[in-house]
Amino acid sequence: MSWNSTADFFHMGGYGLYVWGSYAVAALVFAVEPWLAARRRKRAQAALLSPPTESDS
Amino acid sequence: MAGSIRWYRFSAPSRFYGLAGAVVPWLWTAAAVLAAAGLYMGFFVAPTDAQQGDAYRIIFIHVPAAWMSMVIYLAMAGWAAIGWAFNARMASMLARALAPTGALFTFVALWTGALWGKPAWGTWWVWDARLTSELILLFLYLGYIALTQAIDDLRRADKAGALLAIVGAVNVPIIYFSVRWWNTLHQGASISMTAAPKMASTMLMALLLMTFACWSYAFAVVFMRARAIVLERESHTDWVRELSRVSEGLTR
Repeated sequence: MSWNSTADFFHMGGYGLYVWGSYAVAALVFAVEPWLAARRRKRAQAALLSPPTESDS
Repeated sequence: MAGSIRWYRFSAPSRFYGLAGAVVPWLWTAAAVLAAAGLYMGFFVAPTDAQQGDAYRIIFIHVPAAWMSMVIYLAMAGWAAIGWAFNARMASMLARALAPTGALFTFVALWTGALWGKPAWGTWWVWDARLTSELILLFLYLGYIALTQAIDDLRRADKAGALLAIVGAVNVPIIYFSVRWWNTLHQGASISMTAAPKMASTMLMALLLMTFACWSYAFAVVFMRARAIVLERESHTDWVRELSRVSEGLTR
């Protein structure tokens, strides 16, 4: 274990901005993408239940 | 041919829809467990690097994302080619489902690379062979998505996309070997099949766990998107109508 305290952990030896900036954006991407994929399937399913209109392709 | 397994049956969109739906929850579970283990190893077990300090811990997301960006591109080009050559609907749908995930992994690789480049090299970006070819990969993904979205006729869009994906596949070995072929600022391959690992075993373990987590994640999210695409495209078929009748009955 390289850390003596929580603050030490977040400080990341002076590289906190770079390390957490990397992981925060990655976490955001990997949270939003499944949400969008699930929403797309729900919408496709909803479109099946509603009667098709001329504007639907 | 008596006794042979009829593999083609698994290529039917109806089969895929059911099978993928059944494995997606397991893939999410595996991704979460592997990521938790990998992050624990990477942040609490792996030691601070002697040269780079703690900035090197970006490797546990950067390298798996970069690997996925290349692997997914080859998978996308492969399925697109199969869909084109054999007129296989499911293969083309898989190619389309892979593109956004590949693009996002490429973005994550570039983003984390910039945030690692600043402390390690003193610059966010350089136009060297590795970085430039990875940026071209992002443009190839975006080009594939834009091209396939722009053509209304689905099968024509699949074919045009396949052509772009196949031609663009030449970029993947360029990315991989760029650090050997040219003098780049980027370091060489992290893992080699032929040489002993250059990093501490706990670092390697964390890297591999995060890589498997990314594989699980990619399968899960691509299967989810592929199932949405199947519903969108096969809405005229009997099995999808049957499916919607069943789900309509369930929601009432």
